[in-house]
Amino acid sequence: MFRGITLVAPNTKIPFMAMHKVNLAISACIIVGTVLLLIFKGLNLGIDFKGGILLEVRMPQAADLQAMRSTLGGLGLGEVGLQTFGTDREVLIRLEKQEGGEEAQQAAVAEIRGALGSDVTYERVEVVGPQVSAELFTNGMIAIAAALLAIMVYVWFRFEWQFGVAAIVADLHDVIATIGLFSLLGLDFDLTTVAALLTIAGYSVNDTVVVFDRHRENLRKYKTMPLQQLFDLSINQTLSRTTMTAATALIALVALYIFGGEVLRGFSIAMIWGIVIGTYSSIFIATPPLLYMNVRRITGAQDAQAAEAP
Amino acid sequence: MSHFPPWKILLIVAVTAFGILAAAPNLLSREQADALPDWIPHRQISLGLDLQGGSHLLLDVDTGALIREQLENMVETVRAELRTARIRYEQLGISGDSVQVVIPNPEQRTQAEEILRNVDTGTTVETDEGGRLVLSMTDEAIAERETAAIDQSLEIIRRRIDETGVREPTIQRQGRTRILVQLPGIDDPERVKKLIGKTAKMTFHLADDNANLGDATSGRVPPGTMLLPMVEDQPAGAQPQQILVNKRVLVSGENLLDAEPTFQQNEPVVSFRFDSLGARRFGDATSQNVGRALAIVLDNQVISAPRIREPILGGSGVISGNFTVTDARDLALLLRAGALPAPLTVIEERTVGAGLGADSIAAGKLAGIVGVILVAAFMAIVYGFFGLLANLAVLINIVMLLGALSLLQATLTLPGIAGIVLTVGMAVDANVLIYEHIREEIRNGRTPLSALDAGFSRAITTIIDSNLTTLIAGVVLYTLGSGPVRGFAVTLSIGILTTMFTAVTVNRLMIFTWYRRAKPQLLPI
Repeated sequence: MFRGITLVAPNTKIPFMAMHKVNLAISACIIVGTVLLLIFKGLNLGIDFKGGILLEVRMPQAADLQAMRSTLGGLGLGEVGLQTFGTDREVLIRLEKQEGGEEAQQAAVAEIRGALGSDVTYERVEVVGPQVSAELFTNGMIAIAAALLAIMVYVWFRFEWQFGVAAIVADLHDVIATIGLFSLLGLDFDLTTVAALLTIAGYSVNDTVVVFDRHRENLRKYKTMPLQQLFDLSINQTLSRTTMTAATALIALVALYIFGGEVLRGFSIAMIWGIVIGTYSSIFIATPPLLYMNVRRITGAQDAQAAEAP
Repeated sequence: MSHFPPWKILLIVAVTAFGILAAAPNLLSREQADALPDWIPHRQISLGLDLQGGSHLLLDVDTGALIREQLENMVETVRAELRTARIRYEQLGISGDSVQVVIPNPEQRTQAEEILRNVDTGTTVETDEGGRLVLSMTDEAIAERETAAIDQSLEIIRRRIDETGVREPTIQRQGRTRILVQLPGIDDPERVKKLIGKTAKMTFHLADDNANLGDATSGRVPPGTMLLPMVEDQPAGAQPQQILVNKRVLVSGENLLDAEPTFQQNEPVVSFRFDSLGARRFGDATSQNVGRALAIVLDNQVISAPRIREPILGGSGVISGNFTVTDARDLALLLRAGALPAPLTVIEERTVGAGLGADSIAAGKLAGIVGVILVAAFMAIVYGFFGLLANLAVLINIVMLLGALSLLQATLTLPGIAGIVLTVGMAVDANVLIYEHIREEIRNGRTPLSALDAGFSRAITTIIDSNLTTLIAGVVLYTLGSGPVRGFAVTLSIGILTTMFTAVTVNRLMIFTWYRRAKPQLLPI
């Protein structure tokens, strides 16, 4: 019977800990870079969070963007973003949030409908007013904060504090790096991005937890092994699982990116990047902080207590 | 670990079979599924508006206008009450959220306060040193008015939408002052939006024929009258004609029994019929004012102002106003459904055409199928026969996930499909964890059976751990998210639960059943 192949050799001895300073430096650069990007470039907020108007229309024949630009630009509705996608008959029209409150948004859509005439099919109309976009943004941020907090509480209950801190550091690292990617590439940051960020937060911790579980197991098993060597051992032992899981998730996500359509593209990019960075962080970033937090003593003490108890 | 008592096997098989049965109606057409008897699962997955096409509208009820109207009424009541009691007052008016009045005579202040306290149970009255009485509505009274107004708005919107023939609309209150309207299958919500957006407050007034219109338009409106724009016979773009009408309402739309679009001299018109009270008022008014113009006012615009040629005693009449057939039909519909208590504003609209929705489903399906095939192939290559078993577990997992969605009537959205695809990618993680442990145990020299046992039991804590963190994210997203993103949270969370069941329980049962039959010397992993 077919036994399958071994993707990652079983007894790798990659010295991950030896290069931890370089990795921490790289990650520090990513974090600082993200902060700088957020300060100087900011996020390209999507319609959900910024408010505004988005129309996806199908023209009766190939769209003349030049003509459309002048027609729609003449309405005095501010900057009009036009972009074809799919076929040359499909046009995406974007408008900034209109001045003049909630009614002004619907009035602007009515004006555009009037200007484009009746031969145009409206495949998608999204109008988000100032009130709703502000609320969605607040709720989105609360969701991210609440999810991170809930995960922290979970990790706190589940592990000794050193592991908890390290797992959260790695988790924040991944979420921040994903936000950085969105700023860098100018991708639309919207509700589905928030969904992706939360999923990444969950995935990243899960990935880290698997490695940490092995650390704890080995800490009990090899009482005298130096920490650095022990951590290397656990990471190598879990390496094939870490890569296998990342690989299957990536396969599914790449399928989603290629075939899932325009709407899910931003989500897929965020998730793909999140899985990559989450895997990187659970191998390279999550463990090194443990070296600096005096892990052995506490775990050893708990072991002693456990041994004394009948 | 390797021993399954019969009841456990039965339970696992029963749960799995139930999940598959719950998903089965999705293979049937809608009609076939509806025809299934009630005792077997017959529900299909309900698709979100982004997949089936339709319109999502979030409306805000202008409660500010409602409260203003309330305060204006209060001013009139205060005026009338104080007059009746012969109490002199000054500076009566609205200031912010309250009605204020100054009683100059200190001896009358207590009496005035007493009277005003009884104006409305929902108000508080305060007096300051200078004899100023402040009437404010209590928060409870405001909340009560708002709730009443929103309930009434919901009812009227429902009536209006029902008349347009939209199938299965969702109309519900959201938050304090909002109404969510979801209209599946609507491509062009413009007409519905127009119908919902109109307050449709209709009143009949006498036109003021005597006053000088020129004086009025330049700002000297005679007391007791108001200047309103005419919509009748108005060429497009022209400055609307204006007309002076008495403020006093003769009859209002509340007294209408029915309204129908019809034709009069080949012109579309709306015929209406009053209830008995309305008929009496209308009869009295028309009897006393033959020869004068009767202004029909809809939302502060005069639709038409015909002369009263003779008393109209039957309680029915006709509104003509240069309507198109659609205008007449919509006006009749609005009059039948009744007036909204407060104006509505659309603060969020998301409309997806049915074609685009179908494209999204097709894209999602394709991505899902390709994802499943690739992941399955990868698992089979890496784990061989055990990989195939894991794939079978993943297939059962997806079917059970679809079954759960059907049973719970959770809404499947496009991000929801992404959640399913992601579940496929992450569900195998549990199998990966188990299989890697088994391989490790074999390398450590354990026998096949004890390697299997140890693999499952060592992996289980990690599996629970890792799925819990994702479940936390899913639950938070469900609680705080909105719209399609909630659909993602739903499939992700349910997917985690079905994964725990299939990857751990179903897969283990399959592996140990196989092991007992085959009794292999070596594990094919």
